[in-house]
Amino acid sequence: MEYKVIVGLEIHVQLCTRTKMFCGCAVEFGQEPNSRVCPVCLGMPGVLPVMNKQAFEYAVLVGLALNCEIPGFTKWDRKSYYYPDLPKNYQISQYDLPLSRNGFIEIPLKSGRSKRIRIIRAHLEEDAGKNLHSAGNYSQVDLNRTGTPLLEIVTEPDLNNGVEARALGVELQRIVRFLGVSEGDMQKGQMRFEPNINLVISRDGREYRTPIVEIKNLNSFRALERSIDYEEQRQLAEFLESGKVIEMGNKTTRGWDDQREVTVLQREKEEAHDYRYFPEPDLVPVELDKRWLEEIRSGLCELPITRQMRYVNEYKLSDYDAGVLTSERAISDFFDEAVKAGGDPKRVCNLLTQEGLRIAKERGSSIAELGIKAENVAKLAGLVESGTVSASASAPIFMQMVETNKDTWSIVNELNLIQKSDAGELEAIVEQALADNPDAVKDVTSGGKKSKKARGFLLGQVMQKTKGQANPKVVSEILTKKLG
Amino acid sequence: MAERIDEEQVRKVARLSRLELTEGEVEEFTGQLSAILEYVEKMNELETDRVEPLAHCLPISNVLREDVVKESLGTEKTLANAPQRDEDFFKVPKILDDSFGA
Ligand SMILES: [Zn+2]
Repeated sequence: MEYKVIVGLEIHVQLCTRTKMFCGCAVEFGQEPNSRVCPVCLGMPGVLPVMNKQAFEYAVLVGLALNCEIPGFTKWDRKSYYYPDLPKNYQISQYDLPLSRNGFIEIPLKSGRSKRIRIIRAHLEEDAGKNLHSAGNYSQVDLNRTGTPLLEIVTEPDLNNGVEARALGVELQRIVRFLGVSEGDMQKGQMRFEPNINLVISRDGREYRTPIVEIKNLNSFRALERSIDYEEQRQLAEFLESGKVIEMGNKTTRGWDDQREVTVLQREKEEAHDYRYFPEPDLVPVELDKRWLEEIRSGLCELPITRQMRYVNEYKLSDYDAGVLTSERAISDFFDEAVKAGGDPKRVCNLLTQEGLRIAKERGSSIAELGIKAENVAKLAGLVESGTVSASASAPIFMQMVETNKDTWSIVNELNLIQKSDAGELEAIVEQALADNPDAVKDVTSGGKKSKKARGFLLGQVMQKTKGQANPKVVSEILTKKLG
Repeated sequence: MAERIDEEQVRKVARLSRLELTEGEVEEFTGQLSAILEYVEKMNELETDRVEPLAHCLPISNVLREDVVKESLGTEKTLANAPQRDEDFFKVPKILDDSFGA
């Protein structure tokens, strides 16, 4: 018996516009309940929604980044909905003419390979509010989230395990962050994943498909991956026990229990999926002409996976370092700028991933917000490269660049951190150190066990006398010359 | 000719819309809805092969607004019409199957 896991994802991404999709209420996470609500959000009689242009453009931008076809004409539809977190009793969504379709996303897999996952469609809709069930024998409703622009992305079932689903999630998060259209924080519900999963089992020359299960309540990438792994085993066991296969109407929904790490069957009303879509009479269609589309396209940047591959292939950075640099657009842009200013890619990478990210993390900001100039980082990389300053001196110099935003060269001079490589000058200091430590000299010249340690000690003495500014390579050479 | 709507279909649509209908209403609406469908059926007499589907009855498109924050109602006004409230929340009967939110 053999089997294959088949997974498709339905993804919801909140767009980070200032205001909601159809009204001017602010989109803000964590505000007092029901404080960002107006008659449109409440679905009061007589109100009219008006489309947020920015939300539409953000959605098209993601469609372009996902290599989708963007039709010149798109319209809105009503989807029946009966929960109090959308008081209109319908959700404005898109049914037959979504704003983008037929695209794909490349997801990075191990060992520098990637896999293409097809995208069926990406369309705009409005988010619901929040129903809270923890208060007692009733539910509480907060409508602050109601009407937040939400992009729904549906993939073909091209994924074959939890690891791939997770990779897609991480990649999509990186893309929407790069484009600046969503914060993509799963804990805050800004990105939500609902996998559809079943198995194709081959046994005795016959093929069986298990019933499709949709998983909900996933609030981390880890949960996304684990829930698919769990469901794989559960469906396999269920098939072996019952032989149950896919049929019309036997798709079920299961919720992920994060504590117990299991999926639990959710009870659903039989007619829950009878959405009865019809064209939204309150919103006119959007026509996207070539000029507008090109204007939106100009907001597109080189995608993170392309940059990551470029860093690995062109600059010979490790996959890990390239991943760190492309985790945020600001870091990646900064890196590119520094390299363009003449910095050696590996040196710049080390400066950014070691010093830059450490300082940024301490200050709770991004590298771009540190106020340093990319060209100064390039200069510092050059000074390390040429041996003018030591690698260890680059840390205090970097720090000073953040503190003062002065030119690299003046900082190096002020801190007196120019590495001494002048053999003549260093020779005098070495001689002084030898004269001060006759025992160590004896240990070195007599050879044997203590020799190596004593040599290190003498080197240390010279470094101390020069306050760390001596070039250790040059000092070693002088020591060898004098002591053999 | 379109099929006439039967009472079973009316009951189903009512259930989907969370409407409670009396037997008298079911009978009444079955007749009314059938009459509407028959009326719309007249459209089939027209040659529509070369007519583009209509997405909206207004001959305009691209009614958009800039992404500028406007003042919301504030919590008190928002909750003013609520049949029941619990602090700053709307209070509703316990929801058992949350299909979308949460
Ligand atoms: Zn509003």
